[in-house]
Amino acid sequence: MRDSLTVNSSAVPPPVARRGRISWSAYLYLLPSLVFMVAFSLWPALEAAYQSLFRLNLLNPDHSFIGLGNYIALASQPLFWQVLRNTFVFSLGTMPISVALALVFALLLNRRLPLIGLYRTAIFYPAVLPMISAAAIWSFLYVPSYGLIDRFLTSFGGAQINWLGDASTALLAVIVTTIWKQAGYYMIFFLAGLQGISAEVLEAAELDGANLFESLRSITLPLLMPTTVFVTTVSLIASVQAVDQVYLMTQGGPDNSTNTFLYFLFQTAFTNWDTGQAAALTVILLLALFLMSWLNYRSLDRFTHYE
Amino acid sequence: MSSLSTQSKVANWDVSGAAGALYRRGSLVRGVAALLFAVLWVVPLLWTIATAFRDPRDPVSSGLISTAPPSLASFATAWNSAPFPTYYVNTVIIVGGILIVQLVTITLAGYAFGRLQFPGKSVLFALFLLQMMLPASALIVPNYETIRALNLIDTRLAIMLPAFVSGFGTFLMTQTFRALPREFEEAARIDGANSWQVLRHVYFALSRPAIVAFGVVSVCYHWNDFLWPLIVTNTPASRPLTVGLATFTQSSESGQDWQLIMAGTLLTTFPLLIGFFAFQRRFISSFIQSGLR
Repeated sequence: MRDSLTVNSSAVPPPVARRGRISWSAYLYLLPSLVFMVAFSLWPALEAAYQSLFRLNLLNPDHSFIGLGNYIALASQPLFWQVLRNTFVFSLGTMPISVALALVFALLLNRRLPLIGLYRTAIFYPAVLPMISAAAIWSFLYVPSYGLIDRFLTSFGGAQINWLGDASTALLAVIVTTIWKQAGYYMIFFLAGLQGISAEVLEAAELDGANLFESLRSITLPLLMPTTVFVTTVSLIASVQAVDQVYLMTQGGPDNSTNTFLYFLFQTAFTNWDTGQAAALTVILLLALFLMSWLNYRSLDRFTHYE
Repeated sequence: MSSLSTQSKVANWDVSGAAGALYRRGSLVRGVAALLFAVLWVVPLLWTIATAFRDPRDPVSSGLISTAPPSLASFATAWNSAPFPTYYVNTVIIVGGILIVQLVTITLAGYAFGRLQFPGKSVLFALFLLQMMLPASALIVPNYETIRALNLIDTRLAIMLPAFVSGFGTFLMTQTFRALPREFEEAARIDGANSWQVLRHVYFALSRPAIVAFGVVSVCYHWNDFLWPLIVTNTPASRPLTVGLATFTQSSESGQDWQLIMAGTLLTTFPLLIGFFAFQRRFISSFIQSGLR
């Protein structure tokens, strides 16, 4: 025993001592990541905050410090408020429905069912598609008269609707596309969460006379709470960054009815070339995203003890 | 193992009495609902395929179902009227280049965080967390300035640069390396391996499942990326498929001919779709890992 210990310690230093040893080479290992992180994440965030305080418009040679001028200019535009309203409606339209559908899909496809693998594939595959392809596919579904949706509705005697060309339906049409694209992705997290709930608990509840809805309400849903919080946050964060589908399907129109936050930021920066205002929008977006992530971590902390 | 699962299957199917009836009735409702949703979700893809393969002489506006035999004419026209081959090459170079550099950066950073002790470790780790809260799509304005200052506008490198660091990948590698027994590294060191060899032949080689999971997510994500490549490119020479498809859809070459656009959409998408249909389990478990950080 003694022998083996001495032999061991002469060959390599004992684990305790080695664990406490400081490895200066760690900084070298982190260097490549840090260089790119500083150059394309941390520094740009600070740069945007700084630039948002200046007049920086391609059409205006005067680049002077204007304090909160860009923020005030944004707040005085009716379009800015319309964009916020659109984004809010978009989030409220996509988030709860995607999450609820994802939960329903997971509950439907958790237990054994003929063709279950095929059903899961059918629901999940849109998650693998590029959003730009999903947008192209749905643009075609929405085409008036010979698009599939119009054909379906008019065959039941419905009126023809120009879904993407009408300001009252365009945002709804983009929302539906987004839900179709992401519900399957959120489903797999609920499926993973359901795998963690033991069948015995549910069987015990069933034996005690609990019906499907009772066991859902008092066992399954509370145990899925951390998953729900996570999926809701991911969906919320995605909804304020939605842009590809807007770009392809409507270009923000008609009458700015589908102009959401990131598309507006993109227009401000690369159509109007107002870098100052675009920087101010960047700061607002980053603060919103930061707040959402922080709330996610807080609520995950609160709910994890259920697991 | 197999006899066990068969046993539990039988036990499950043999539920008798009221509970059994409830279960069976429930499963019928469940089956019908699942079928309805699955059909609803699959129809857009089937309609896309049917339209893309439809004979252009019997256009989609003429009727729901075509009587003409399927045709590849729309694919040929789309392929020839937009530089799809260039878009393909660009996408493969961009996605592959990003993945290779990411594998280097996340392996190095994962080793530092997972195995080494150094001052400021928790602060640096928090920086990686912070970076994950600053998504690239929100930083398009300042990053565009950086790319312009570097004189890299309209290059594939411009598209790749911001993706070279991955917070998710770093966390995944940190966890994976932490879980590996130290004895492997010790044995390699005794055999005279240097740090580079230890990283390559011990840590990287023993983390294949995590690396595959990361690779699937990274490839899907960057294959599908649109806004950033759109902003930093001006010509087909550097554009990936997604930007190419959007340009094609809105251009006069497609002439709002939906059969061409659907063919272009399938051209853009099918490598990922085929990959997904072939390696479904791998894809889904990778995507789940990408969420659980």
